Amino acid sequence: MKIIREILSPLIAVLAAFIVGGIIVWLIGDNPFNTFYLLLSNSFGSLKDVGYTLSYATPLIFTGLAVAVAFRCGLLNIGAEGQLYVAAFATAWVGIMFGGTVVNIFGKEENWSLMSLPAIILVPLCILTAIVAGGIWGMIPGILKAKFGSHEVINTIMLNFIAIALVSYLTQYYYKIPGDAILQTAEIGEAAQIPRISQFIPGMPDFVPLSIAFLIAILMCVLVYIFLWKTKWGYELRAVGENPSAAEYGGISPQKQIIIAMTISGALAGMVAIGEVLGYRHRYYDGFSAEWGFLGIAVALLGRNHPLGVFIAALFFAVLQRGEIFVDAFTPKISKDIGWVLQAIIILFVACLQMYSKTTRTKGKI
Amino acid sequence: MNEISIFALIFSAIRLATPLIFAALGGMFSERSGVINIALEGLMLAGAFTGAVITYEAGNPYLGLLAGMVAGAALAFVYAIACIKFQADQVVSGMAINFLMIGLPAVISGAIYDSSGSTPQIDKVYLLPEFFNRLSLASILAFALVPVCWYVLYKTPFGLRLRATGENPAAADAAGVKVIKLRYFAVVLSGVLAAAGGAYLSIGQSSLFTRNMTAGRGYIALAALILAKWRPVPVLLACLFFGLTEALTIQLGNIKLPSGENVPIQFIQIIPYVLTIIVLAGFIGLSRAPKALGVPYRKEK
Repeated sequence: MKIIREILSPLIAVLAAFIVGGIIVWLIGDNPFNTFYLLLSNSFGSLKDVGYTLSYATPLIFTGLAVAVAFRCGLLNIGAEGQLYVAAFATAWVGIMFGGTVVNIFGKEENWSLMSLPAIILVPLCILTAIVAGGIWGMIPGILKAKFGSHEVINTIMLNFIAIALVSYLTQYYYKIPGDAILQTAEIGEAAQIPRISQFIPGMPDFVPLSIAFLIAILMCVLVYIFLWKTKWGYELRAVGENPSAAEYGGISPQKQIIIAMTISGALAGMVAIGEVLGYRHRYYDGFSAEWGFLGIAVALLGRNHPLGVFIAALFFAVLQRGEIFVDAFTPKISKDIGWVLQAIIILFVACLQMYSKTTRTKGKI
Repeated sequence: MNEISIFALIFSAIRLATPLIFAALGGMFSERSGVINIALEGLMLAGAFTGAVITYEAGNPYLGLLAGMVAGAALAFVYAIACIKFQADQVVSGMAINFLMIGLPAVISGAIYDSSGSTPQIDKVYLLPEFFNRLSLASILAFALVPVCWYVLYKTPFGLRLRATGENPAAADAAGVKVIKLRYFAVVLSGVLAAAGGAYLSIGQSSLFTRNMTAGRGYIALAALILAKWRPVPVLLACLFFGLTEALTIQLGNIKLPSGENVPIQFIQIIPYVLTIIVLAGFIGLSRAPKALGVPYRKEK
């Protein structure tokens, strides 16, 4: 019964969103069926389409897992956006400082690095950096909540602004190639770059930005599942989320679990950098995130805060993202922003159906 | 810095604080009644978009402002239904409202103006009027609103009921306050005010609506509300302070250091955010939210 309810309510939310979205499309004077056909039918037709869809899904899986882990501890992490910004910069920094000589955007060879490490060391080091940097940025609101009781929602929003300002400062003043009009760092060394899937699958075009980060994302779904449901630590974390006072009575420290949950959440959000920096752009690039941190909330909600659900929900949102481009191009009136509208309505319906507020959330000052 | 630029700085601070004052005062009503208002950002966008479209079409900024406020009220009503009727998580549904307002204006303006990025430019004569040295009518209204809100909150029966509902809805209910109705009203009122602040952005400060033009101002208004500890006069001061830091970043952004680099304005930019975190942690006095903030009310049977 419980499983049916868990699956049914997201489906109802999606269906309801398409009905409301369809009415909006119709009111604007376009054909809802044609619009939704374009939106949903362009994601898996060819190897290229699949590649794009999965590459869009990759950051959403990471941020969805990030939000879900925090949710399981009764916390709402709105700060995934800031966490992934900090992680992306830190990862690029390590890739630049230990990556050796690169050819810059002006076609000149240059060397920013302290030393040159081989790929076998540098790639794991970069991945570790993404995890640690995101984790630290997530830990801050965790500590603030555990020690001072200040609400994580406001603190994570503030830390998002701080993260973006800080990273753009560092980029602008220290790590930008002089003369570059775009706010982006120098390129990471070749040894720091991770391979694209196109190298392994014949027929997948080289320009598709799908990298092995997608496989890491799947691995993280499995690891998060094992952590949450098969280990003592995961049990303690969930116990605090379900009933903090009962957990405390049972000898679990809610303060400690809050810090742990926010740290893991931040680390997962930080892993977005693996695909985006090491696999795709090969640098930190200002504004590189398409609001993935915030969309992670939608992904986690729709996926019922379960790793499998997160995976499916991320894939669904990626399908919308892929389809938006076709809606933009092939409908007379509807722009690609219809995807945002649908995502928003889905979140609203999931929130209304879920009666999420009935489960206890750890209270704090707002 | 000479005198002229100090004047410019003050006027610029007032101009930048104006939308924040509207939104933060709006948020104050909603939060004092016990409903968190993360949706301020989306409500501002609703006002900004509708205000720009109606002003452009009708050639009348007052009609535009009014229409923006109506749109804000309507959107806030949707938010209120989610939060109050369905008892949805207030932060999550607030985020949904914000997402909606990133997409919906773009879809509508894409359909009617064939441009999803922005609405058409409004002729300067149709914008909200400015007096003296670029002091907007909207700024004067925002300042005037502060004592009004103070009076309503502390000196009227409505204000008393509102505060009681935010602190202890069950007790307020027992004393005869219609808690649910009051919360609906407070949230809708916050939509009206936040939307007015948003409309000022598109038909006062600038002359068109651009995608996501609030750029986080709704969240900043929320931070100002927290810094001000949910009180009207400190809200004004907090918003002016935030306006001043923004004005400083704009002015200093053009100044070159002897090394030829720009002044690193990012460090001024983050002051309000860092301060909010510090205040929230209780380092500067106690920040005490309305007790029932974020808790849906269920009537005991």
